[in-house]
Formats: sequence, structure tokens, C-alpha cells
Amino acid sequence: MAKVNLNREPMAKQDPKTRGKNFNEVALGYSAEQAKAEASRCLQCPKHPCTEGCPVEIDIPGFIKAVLDDDMPEAVRILKDKNSLPGICGRVCPQETQCEQACSLAKKGAPIAIGRLERYVADWERANKGALNPKTTLPKPTGKKVAVVGSGPAGLVAAADLAKLGHNVTLFEALHVAGGVLMYGIPEFRLPKEIVQAEVAYVSNLGVRIELDSVVGKAVTLDELLARGYDAIFLGTGAGAPMFMNIPGENLNGIYSANEFLTRVNLMKAYKFPEYDTPVVVGKRVAVIGGGNVAMDSARCALRLGADEVYIIYRRSEAEMPARREEVENAKEEGIEFKLLTNPKRYIGNDSGWVVGIECYEMGLGEPDESGRRRPIVKEGSEFILEVDMVVAALGTRPNPLIAQTTPDLKTTRQGTVVADEVTGKTTKDKVWAGGDIVTGAATVISAMGAGRRAATDIDIYLKNHS
Amino acid sequence: MFRIIHSETLAEKIHLFRIEAPAIARKAQAGQFVVIRIDERGERIPLTLADWDGKGGNVTLVFMEVGATTFRLALLKVGDSLADLVGPLGVPTHIERFGTVVCVAGGVGAAPIAPIARALKEKGNKIITILGARSKNLLFWEDKLRNVSHQLIVTTDDGTYGRKGVVTEPLKDLLSGGEKVDLVIAIGPSIMMKFCSLTTKPFGVKTIVSLNPIMVDGTGMCGCCRVSVGGVTRFACVDGPDFDGHQVDWDLLLARQRTYLSQEKRSFEHWQAKIGKCS
Repeated sequence: MAKVNLNREPMAKQDPKTRGKNFNEVALGYSAEQAKAEASRCLQCPKHPCTEGCPVEIDIPGFIKAVLDDDMPEAVRILKDKNSLPGICGRVCPQETQCEQACSLAKKGAPIAIGRLERYVADWERANKGALNPKTTLPKPTGKKVAVVGSGPAGLVAAADLAKLGHNVTLFEALHVAGGVLMYGIPEFRLPKEIVQAEVAYVSNLGVRIELDSVVGKAVTLDELLARGYDAIFLGTGAGAPMFMNIPGENLNGIYSANEFLTRVNLMKAYKFPEYDTPVVVGKRVAVIGGGNVAMDSARCALRLGADEVYIIYRRSEAEMPARREEVENAKEEGIEFKLLTNPKRYIGNDSGWVVGIECYEMGLGEPDESGRRRPIVKEGSEFILEVDMVVAALGTRPNPLIAQTTPDLKTTRQGTVVADEVTGKTTKDKVWAGGDIVTGAATVISAMGAGRRAATDIDIYLKNHS
Repeated sequence: MFRIIHSETLAEKIHLFRIEAPAIARKAQAGQFVVIRIDERGERIPLTLADWDGKGGNVTLVFMEVGATTFRLALLKVGDSLADLVGPLGVPTHIERFGTVVCVAGGVGAAPIAPIARALKEKGNKIITILGARSKNLLFWEDKLRNVSHQLIVTTDDGTYGRKGVVTEPLKDLLSGGEKVDLVIAIGPSIMMKFCSLTTKPFGVKTIVSLNPIMVDGTGMCGCCRVSVGGVTRFACVDGPDFDGHQVDWDLLLARQRTYLSQEKRSFEHWQAKIGKCS
């Protein structure tokens, strides 16, 4: 057996000082030499534990071998066989808890940098599109019509898979561009919008018709879609409704939901105001409430828009933070200040209705709760005031109720998620499947993609049995 | 793309567009709104539907030039298109046979109140409409509102047309003059809706207002349009835009509407300079 190489190839990043002032991508990607060096570390284990760790079961050793063999078209083919959105996944998947955690070298602390290699292959394909253009040959049309509602990760994958199986797919999107959270939520510096649009274009080139500005549940109901001749519907509308804490002062000016702040900045490009019409107010002292990836994204956006000080306020300790380790590190490097074991009690406003401060509690940690994390407990009498002039509440999201409201026979939970089979995504309503955050509540891009894939498989079986 | 098929100037800086939007026209109901975006650089703004034609496949929007977006919008001509037109959004106005309904329209509020008055009249209500504007040159749709009302009262703040004064004066006269009023619907600037609500409150007459907070997506995604009604935070885009005027926290709404005053000014100047240079 060859000597095991435990030197994980690092990926270059923009310097923290520089990147804190621009919206360009932070991570810079591998060079060809770096990619090959990293690929050469792969043991090509016969059992492929990494593939088992991947929600969409990519043949990971296969594409890595192709990179090593300098056969980039083959690497692209293997990746795209299972994953229609590799440029996105290579950037935002939490590989450290999936494929890389399962890697045989993880035990030795140096798993193959699968995400970085995936990103390298996807970027190579985008750069060499003209030369290569690996045409997917589509099967004979089945004549079956499928409506996919929501063009985020779950919907894009379901639409791509169904189109590859020969079905006639229409993708409905409420906003003015396709991509869902990949466009409005995740910032440019972590996921360039050009990459999202290139992957949307790939899905569209498979023959998927994309209907923008279409609010299903309002402009058209699920029953109306079925009456119009759609044979099946996949719901991938995500968890797009922001939650608040319902504490005093939460509606003061200068307090944004993370959804609003990120939508203004990412989707509406408020960072280019006044060249773009949408404004955003950014304070000098900004507090972001929450400890997830969305909180990190919000904090880092505020910094880039010119805030002097940006705080993350999180009620538990760093160990319980749901954000990716890498994003927490990036935020720290950029100078975001973490106020842990702290929770807002109320917001304080001035005479014209703008936020000027947060009264916070100090928190302690008790026994683990149902999430398995230690329960935060208020320390009575610990209140203190933090002066801020802007707040972003990144407290999680829940599914938008518009479709459920107009679809009485679609069963939902008390949290507003749609009840669906864990494997197939089949809902309680005839001909309707669902997957992604609308079923699970807010989760990851790749788990939504996995759900989109499994539902597409089940829809295909259903359509074949009903022809 | 959503093509403009008809354009009119109704009053000073107040314009009407009829726009092709068959999917929206098919489903629209009184009190609902759309979100528009002019082009790639545009912001998303909500406009309440002034009319729609399901058969013809178009919707009618009325807007006043008040800022950068409406200034840019006013430069569009028949044949031009909007990049985006989304809807119909919001909960439709509740229409039933109430009895006597007073519809109060302030300024551009004349446009969205017209289809509501029409729907209420068709249900058999007696409609008394009060139409108010600052001055005669800002009045429009007097005829249209007369057609959907049993009685029409027109006011101007400066007395250049109709009764001199603001809309709350004839409203108070009606309520105290023995007319049994079952419902008041007020649409116009927030300050006008606030004072209509204050006027009707002592009389205990239910008052519905159509709130117009700042919005981004208009589908319940961002929470920008949150308003406090009866002490509870609601999203005007999906829970409204109609709410009980006696329960609305008006000062909060007015403060939130001022969030971007300085940016709005800057954006307006930016576009004036830019368009000035082209012509």
C-alpha cells in the first residue's frame, strides 16, 4: 500500500482585511496542480464510504480518479450523473459532516477535500463550456407533464431529474429569478450568483420551462394545475417565512429579519445602491441575533456594507452553534465579535422610532433539550444594554403558508411543514409530492437536493405505472 | 415581460397604465395588489389593483410620481414592458351585504377603492363615497366613483373644487347626522386613514383600512411590511393589506414608512441626473 499522505491541500482565500470590504468570493479555488495533488491522496477504497456519506450518492472516488488521470470531461460526467448543481454543492455543502466525515482518512484528521475537488471540476466545466458541452441525451418524451413549484435546490434537482427521464417539466418560481435561497439568501461572497445562474441554465437546457413571477397558491392553486393537465406536482417551496422573538421593540426601524436584509443585499443588489434602486440601511454598530449560517452571512454582509462593529448574539455557547465551523472561522477572521450566552430581552428605540440599543440577558446552559444541545437558561438580574443602531434577526424560518392555505387536502404539521413520506416525498394529496425545507423545516442545500432526487424517482415510477 | 397597452395621465403626476397580465387578471379580486419591478435594476414595489379584465387579460394600475421608481415608471409608454408583475397578492377585501357602507378615498386611494365600491354595490350595499384631494388638479375618477356610489361627496383641502376641507369632515357629518352607517372603508395616505379611524371610533363604526407599508417580495418572505394590529405583529402582504383601522398602531406604520427617506431622495436625484443627461 502506498504511503498515506495526510497533508490536505489548502485552498487560497482572499485576505480577511481586503475581503471585508468587497463582495467577491472569499474562497479562491484550487489550481490544476493543487487539484491533482489533492486527488492523488485518495486511497480509492473499495468500499466507497464517502459515497454512502453523500445524500445524492455521487461516485466520489470515480470523479477524483478522473481528475488525477487528467480526464476532466469524465470527471464532469461522473459528477453530473448524480448532481446537477456541482458548482453550488462544492461551495455550500457541509462536507465535513457528510462525505468528508465518512472518508477513510477522516480518522487520521485529514479527509480528502472532496468539496474543493467538486468545486474545481464544476468550475473547470464552466470555464470550458464552449470546448466541451457534454450534451445529455434526453430520452423520448413520455408525454407526461409535471409541475415543480419553487426553484431552490429541491425544485431544481427534481426538475432536472424529471426532464432527464423524458417528462415535460414546468418550474414555477414566485420571485423574478430562479434559484430560491441560493439567490436571495446565500451571499455573493460565498456563492457567486453567476454560478447559480449557470446551473439554472443547465436545468433549463434540459428542456425545463421556467415560469418566473408565478406565485402558486395565489395566481394558481394546486388543484387548478392538476385541472390544467399536470400529471404530478412536486412542492419545493422551502422555508421562506421569517421568525421573530415577539419581544418588545422588535418592529423598530433598523431591525431586519435576516430574510429581508439578505434579500435586499443579495437578490436586489442593494450593495450597488443607487445604481440599483433597492436601498438598505446599514448601521455602524450592528447586532445579528442567532448562531446559524444565515446569522454568519448576515454579519459578514453588514461588515462589507461598512459597519464598524458587528456582533453575533447567540444564546448558547460556540459548541452548540449550528453554523458551519468554516463559516464561524471566516467570520472571526473578518473581525465579527461573538457575544455568546447572550439573548435579547427587548429593543430600545429613540423618539423617531429607530433602534438604539438591546437590553440583553446573560445566559447559562442547563441539561440537553430535545435537539440534543444544552438548554439555554436566563440568568436573572444579569441584564445589560448593548448600544447598536441596526439589528438582524436570524432566528430561523418556517414554510410559507400560501400553498397550504389554498390546498385544504394537503396535510401540514403544527409548524407548518408539509407531511410527506420520508423516502419518497409523497404527500397526503393525490399526485402531489414535496421535499426539502418545506417538509423538514430549515435544513441544508444538499438535503433538499437529496429529497428532490428521491421524489423525482418516485414520481417517475408513478407516471410509468399510470400511463 | 408585461406590456403596457394603454396609458393615461389622470391628474397632475398621477398616471394610469393598462398592462397585459392574463394570469393575474383571471384571478384578481377587489382589494388585492401586485408587485412590480421596472427592469433589472429596479426595486420591487406594491401597487393595489385599480381594475382588471379577465377576458381581455389585463390589469389597470394607477400611481403617483412620488419617488425614483414612480418617476421612472411615468417615463414608460404604450408598447414598453415591465420586467416583472406579480400577483394577485394579499387577501381580497371582504365583500358581503353590510347595509350602508361609506367608502373614503384620499388622493390616489380613489383608484383601489373603485373596484371595492363596485363589488359592494353589486352585493346590494348602499354606497356613499367621499373623494378627497389636496386640490382640484389632483382629483380623478369622480365620474367612475359616482357610477358605483349612491351618493358622492367631493372635498378639496384648498376649496378649489367641491367642499372645502378634508375627508374626515363629511365623514363625521354623516356619522352624526342620523345616517346609519354599517361599515367604513378608507384608502389613501396613512395619515388620512389614521384620522378616518379616529373619526369613526367614537361612533363605534367598524372601519377597514388598506395598509401600504414598504414591501420587498410581497409574499410573506421578508417581514418588511410588518404592522402591529391589536398588539399583534402581522405581515400586511399576506395577512392584509386590509385591517381593522381601530386596531392599527398608526405611529409604528408611519415611522416604518419613513425608514428610507434619505435613500429615496438620493435615488431620485440619481435617476434625475441620469435621465437628464440622456435627453
